[in-house]
This record gives sequence, structure tokens and C-alpha cells, in this order.
Amino acid sequence: MSAMAFADPAFESQAAFRAILRAIASPGAIEPCGRGLKPPSPLSPAAAAAILTLADFETPLWIAPSLAEWGEAAAYLKFHTGAPLAASPRDAAFALLDLERDSLDLKSFAQGAPDYPDRSTTVVAETRSLARRPMMRISGPGVRGMAEIEFGPTPGDFLSQWEANRSTFPLGVDLILAHGAEVAVLPRSVRVTGGE
Amino acid sequence: MSTRAYNFAYLDEQTKRMIRRAILKAIAIPGYQVPFASREMPMPYGWGTGGVQVTASILGPDDVLKVIDQGADDTTNAVSIRAFFVRTAGVRTTTDTSEATIIQTRHRVPETPLSEGQILVYQVPIPEPLRYLEPRETETRTMHALGEYGVMHVKLYEDISRHGHIATTYAYPARVAGRYIMDPSPIPKFDNPKLDDCPALQLFGAGREKRIYAIPPHTRVVPLDFEDHPFERTKFDSACALCGATDSYLDEVVTDDAGGRLFVCSDTDYCEKRQAAKRKDAAE
Ligand SMILES: [Zn+2]
Repeated sequence: MSAMAFADPAFESQAAFRAILRAIASPGAIEPCGRGLKPPSPLSPAAAAAILTLADFETPLWIAPSLAEWGEAAAYLKFHTGAPLAASPRDAAFALLDLERDSLDLKSFAQGAPDYPDRSTTVVAETRSLARRPMMRISGPGVRGMAEIEFGPTPGDFLSQWEANRSTFPLGVDLILAHGAEVAVLPRSVRVTGGE
Repeated sequence: MSTRAYNFAYLDEQTKRMIRRAILKAIAIPGYQVPFASREMPMPYGWGTGGVQVTASILGPDDVLKVIDQGADDTTNAVSIRAFFVRTAGVRTTTDTSEATIIQTRHRVPETPLSEGQILVYQVPIPEPLRYLEPRETETRTMHALGEYGVMHVKLYEDISRHGHIATTYAYPARVAGRYIMDPSPIPKFDNPKLDDCPALQLFGAGREKRIYAIPPHTRVVPLDFEDHPFERTKFDSACALCGATDSYLDEVVTDDAGGRLFVCSDTDYCEKRQAAKRKDAAE
């Protein structure tokens, strides 16, 4: 396998985790994640780093059709995490999709249960762009006042899907947005509204 | 591939991953207690194994760690936890609240305001705020699921009718982001206002009870109270005998056999900084 996983797993996964931690604690913040990682295409370093850092044999991983086609990418994630492949989005602890080529259906993933809302899917989405711009506004826990985010391509119904996701709090999914070697996170607790 | 004869920060990578996943869920669901598979640590449970496991899972080589016990950096508990992380992770430590990137604490929130990017890790003995009202886990879980917290209000109201005021002075329950009621660990209720809209990330680890919960930065944390009996922060009649502070939490110290006593800051870093500033002023 020519692609490289973490050369020093303890330190690189710690660094990637802290980036994701900062990003989920401050929704809208864009954090460097997976720099130096060379996953097989079409995986971004950030998405690969997130999954290598968080997934293992205890966490079924669902890979969207557009990425599953790339046998090497799926094999790389499976080999380096030991995560079993989830039969459906609803069975997944982690899901990986590409916003450009896969449809996004937040309701198709595990939402958690009222007494165990943590039993939900964390969705890792590859994006083509990610920036702090006022296309969308974020408010809620972790955000001082209002934060801004722009990512693309944004599904046409994203704001209504997200509002539906938020309205079932504490149930719902958390969304990790990956672009190159950067991540941003939208936890289920935040409100996302249209900006400019 | 590098090899190491020991695990960085003691825990193996698989355990850290599991704890890291729990921490992310805890932040996404503020105040909800996420179950995790707590590990045996080389210290007794009363020594904050939950907080130690959280710290071990987030800690990196660039962090600067502060450990306090009841506000003090120099108690046996704080010293041994700090030594544990120096030995297993080689991290730099500090007693300076402002310099620390991670602060592990037992029973206090520092007086010096925390800032963006800092992480406060609490050692929690009993994470369930409803436990003493309802011993059954299935029941408390349902109460949290339904957001049915009437029983909690009843207990506080009984306090009022018995004592004329809310008698709970430690581990004063609070509602996080308008949803879950949480136990802020046995901090004095004096510290409760510091939890609200705090710029730092607050993580809570309970080792024996196997729970992790969190308050993201800038999140509403409101102590439970009643319109006719609003939450009141503990006030002290005296100032700190060492630094003169009137805005800090004071411990009563017996000074001699004759029963002489005085009040001093529980936060030793805060008190020493104030004393040093006074000496500097006097010298100038
Ligand atoms: Zn003092």
C-alpha cells in the first residue's frame, strides 16, 4: 500500500483529535487536521485523519457509494482502523460521504435513543470548499454570539435538513466537514441559518 | 514506525480513542452523561481517575498542565497527579492558571478568569444529580430523557421550607444550555456563576461511575432556583488574611492551639499572585 497512515499514531492522532475537539467546541472554527497525511484518493487528509483517529473495531463505518467505488480508499480505512463496514447508514457509528457526489440525508443515519442520545452517527463529509464566510450563520453552545461558515457544495435543502436535525435534540447527528487538511464541525446542538 | 516502551500519558491508543469519542459526544450534547468504559488507573478511585483518564486522552506534548485540589497546587492529590503526567507524558506543568492549557481540578474553579482555548477537567465522584433522589439508573436515565426534573425542584424546595433558604452549598445542580440538569461536581456554589458563558471548554470525568460530560465554551449554565428564592452566591464577611482579596472563595484555617483562626484564599495561585503584586507595589 503506497498511501501512508499516521507515522506516529500516538502523537498524530492526538493532534488530529485536538483539532476536532477545538472545532466541535467552537462550531464554525476551521482547524488544521491531518497535515502530512497522504491517504489514497479521493480521501482528503482531514477526512482520513478524522476516521483514523476516531474509528476502530467497535465503530461500524459506512462509506457512501461514490467513495466505496474507490477500492483503495475503503481498504485503507478498513485496514488502518479495523472498523467493520456498516450495512446501512443507520448502523454506522461513523459515515463518510462526499458532498459533491453523494446525496446528504441526515435522517438516514442513527439518531441515538432518548435515553442514549450518544448512540448516533458522526458524519464525515468531504467538501470542495470550507471557509469562515457569512453564507450561513451558526449560534448555540460553543459560539460566542454568532459564527459564520461557508462550505460547498451545500445541498439545496441543507438548512431545512439541519433545522430538522437540531429540532430533535438531544437526538441527531454531528457533522464533521473536511476540506484538504482542515476541518469544521457542526454538532447537533447548534442552529444554522441562512446568511447573505 | 517509531516504537515506544510505554504509552504516552499511560493509556493505550484504543482506550484513548474510546474516551475521545465519548468526549466529542459529550460536547455535542451539553450536560448529558456519556457512558464510557473506565479503565483501572494506577491510583485509587477517590483520586480522580475519571479526570485523569480525560486528561490523558486529550493531552499532547505541547500542553502545559496545571493540577489543583480544592484550589491548591501543593496538596498530595494534586502533586501526585501532576507527577504522574510528567512521568508518563513528559509534559510541562505550571501553577499559573493563565499559562496552563489544561487544568485538572478537584472541587474548585480557579479565581483567575479562564480564556478561550483552555480546557478545565473536573474530577467527579458522583455525576448523577438525581442519584440521591432516585437510586435506580434506569429511572434517572428516563428522567433525563424526558427532561422531567420536577423531583429536583421538590428537593430544593424542601430545603427552603426546612432551612428558610436553599441549603445546598456544594455540587449545586445547574441546567446546561436549557436542557440537561448536571452536577457540577462538589465545587462550592460560589463557583457556579463561573460555569456560565465560560470561554474555556469544561470536561467532567467520573471514573468509578464511568461517565463523561461537558460544557462547551460560551454555554448557558443556570443554577436551579425559584422565583421567590433566587440562587445566591456564597458571600464572605472577611477578606483573605494573606492577600486581602474580598472576591475569592475563602477557607477557614486554624492558626494556633488557642483556637485562633483566619480566612485565606482557597486558590493558592490567585493568592500568591496577589501577594507578589502587593510586595512589588510596596517596593516601588
Ligand atoms: Zn488570598
